[in-house]
Amino acid sequence: MEITKEMVERTATALKLEDITKRKVLTTPWQPKVQYAWDDGPAIGRYLAELKNGRIIARTCRKCRRIMIPPRMFCELCWRPSDDWTFVKDTGVVNTFVISHVDWKAGRLDIKGGERPLTPAVIEIDGASAGMGILHMLDEVDPWQIKIGMKVQAVWKPQAERQGAITDIRYFKPLAPERKRGK
Amino acid sequence: MGYRRVAIIGAGMTKFVRFAQETGKELAYEASKMALDSAGLDLSQIDCVSVGSAPDAFDGVHMKGEYLADGSGGWGKPVMRNFVGGGTGVMNVIHGWHHVASGMFDTCLVVSEEKMSSAFPHPAGAFVTIFDHTTEQPIKPTLLWIFAIEMNRFMNAHGYTKRDIAQVAVKNKKNAIDHPCAQLPGEITVDDVLNSEVMAYPVNRLDVSPTSDGAAAVILAAEHVARRVCEKPVWIDGVGWALDTAYWCTRDLYYPDYVEVAARKAYEMAGIKEPSKEIHIAEPYDPFTYKELHHMEGLMLCKRGESVKLLNDGVTQRTGNLPICPSGGLLGVGNPISAAAVMKIIEIFLQLRGEAGKRQVPGKPTCGLAQAWGDLMQVGTVVVMRS
Amino acid sequence: MALAERIHRTIDATHWRGEIPLNYIYTPGRAGEQFLRALLDEETFLGARCAACGVTYVPARIFCERCFARIEDSFVKLGKRGTVHAFTVSHETFDGVRKEEPSIVALIKLDGADGVVLHRLGDVDPGDVRVGLPVEAVFKPKKDRQGSILDVRHFRPAKG
Repeated sequence: MEITKEMVERTATALKLEDITKRKVLTTPWQPKVQYAWDDGPAIGRYLAELKNGRIIARTCRKCRRIMIPPRMFCELCWRPSDDWTFVKDTGVVNTFVISHVDWKAGRLDIKGGERPLTPAVIEIDGASAGMGILHMLDEVDPWQIKIGMKVQAVWKPQAERQGAITDIRYFKPLAPERKRGK
Repeated sequence: MGYRRVAIIGAGMTKFVRFAQETGKELAYEASKMALDSAGLDLSQIDCVSVGSAPDAFDGVHMKGEYLADGSGGWGKPVMRNFVGGGTGVMNVIHGWHHVASGMFDTCLVVSEEKMSSAFPHPAGAFVTIFDHTTEQPIKPTLLWIFAIEMNRFMNAHGYTKRDIAQVAVKNKKNAIDHPCAQLPGEITVDDVLNSEVMAYPVNRLDVSPTSDGAAAVILAAEHVARRVCEKPVWIDGVGWALDTAYWCTRDLYYPDYVEVAARKAYEMAGIKEPSKEIHIAEPYDPFTYKELHHMEGLMLCKRGESVKLLNDGVTQRTGNLPICPSGGLLGVGNPISAAAVMKIIEIFLQLRGEAGKRQVPGKPTCGLAQAWGDLMQVGTVVVMRS
Repeated sequence: MALAERIHRTIDATHWRGEIPLNYIYTPGRAGEQFLRALLDEETFLGARCAACGVTYVPARIFCERCFARIEDSFVKLGKRGTVHAFTVSHETFDGVRKEEPSIVALIKLDGADGVVLHRLGDVDPGDVRVGLPVEAVFKPKKDRQGSILDVRHFRPAKG
């Protein structure tokens, strides 16, 4: 019993975009308002509060000896409550990245017109366990110069503008090379 | 082990299109009816129904399982819905398998449907919820970024180039020309892929499968029923599934551990010790070009870092030693999320029966595999089938 | 084992506000398209009959959910009359605000069909509504119709 073109012919009627936008078929529009106030919980609550202070905080698990970021109240590997708070640095290493020509609404950026592509990255935070990364944006760098393994540094909003949000860090930029001694 | 042997005895699916006029119910009906007819059964002979569909937010229908139930033959019957993101299609068959293998039911109609076109103009808004609402969404990410990020890491780990990976799109879209339900079949070249619109480096437009509407269904039966009503039952000899952490920035994305864990379980059940030799034909999940290779490695069909070599050597063509995605995959046939993987299972079903028409691979394969993947790059679902 | 740390004062419990941006355009389907056009053009409800089960569904649909037969070629025009199968009188809006005028919502069993349609009752006092009351659909003028269930303004007690 092969599945043939004849058998599937009537199974789905392909419409074109204009059939919908020009209402050649009868359509019903609906724009639901789906709004939330998500509880942060103790871990993310503290994480955001410390971001407002210009610091990044993590949580430790003494059993598997991980320093976990984003912080969490239980270790998902050992399946036990996590133990202590500990601050980590605001520098890190690029684990992987993207050079994006589209934005979050699936709209295209005006790259030809000079708009900078978006460059999100997974950044492993210094001080946390190896591989512990967060998603954030990279900027002040030519997208095509970004390398996996590149060292980066957080660029914070000024104190007065911080709200207790992940966006209190504007983005990460390449870490300035260390000054050599004696020069 | 305490479970019964289960076979697939019938299959049906709709065309995959970008904007379907039909409602989700109607699409589910078309696929389910075709599956019933192919097995020579009527609805009264179906003991239970398993509905698999991705987030309600795509179709814009609350409680999609219940909504689809009547179009899936579920009126007055035991119905269960399952959902694991993109892994749903194969998970749906595994879910149905449980119903029959447990001994509770003798037949199960497994139906997967998706109508992503209801989300207008694009389901991007529904996709944004995959990111953490507090620590990631404020950065305004888009789903494409996760794939591009994983592709970048994968390329970097093995030194693969975009040119290598683009061949997957060329192969699959060409294979899809022979699939009657295909949405984007065609003859393209590697340069076409590399020159297509940049979405998010390293992903170009032709590296991505489309948004689609469609439905697909299979009928499962216990051994004693299958042998009575079906000339060529295809046995589900191994199932496996595994989920990785949602803390996706903690994982090294270059290798899908969760696919390996799922595959090992399925292989163990099926008595397979050397998958690269004992699996004759495979349909791994290919929503993006690099995913076919990523999954080939996770399924241990080749060593890590070796998938591109197999592709370059033509091993994964229909005429090669290990045909991969002979259907045309998601890249060529389309990607109505949960229905897409059932399409893959249907492909293995037809191939093992010698009924895949122009897509039939030579050599009379007797053992095949279908795999799906999804959520926040987390779930691997695997089914091993034999004729 | 319980979590090591808790929030002890409710004022310390913070939250993050956000929205899931969704926008939908639904198509009514192959059967739904014909059902709505029948309202728009012919002021009639369209049903679908399954001869094997002896059931007439409304709104029209392409399959019989009981026996799975294809009934796409068995659509029937049902007209616009029926009887009240059940009803309720609503005094509050979604947000719990008291309405100025209560509205009557009813399930109406259309003549010739086995199913019911949900709609409003109008031109009648809530106190005069009863199960079994014969009703008929009141359509908007043709120029105001859009091919929607709202092309019917409401059902009112049938005359004659």
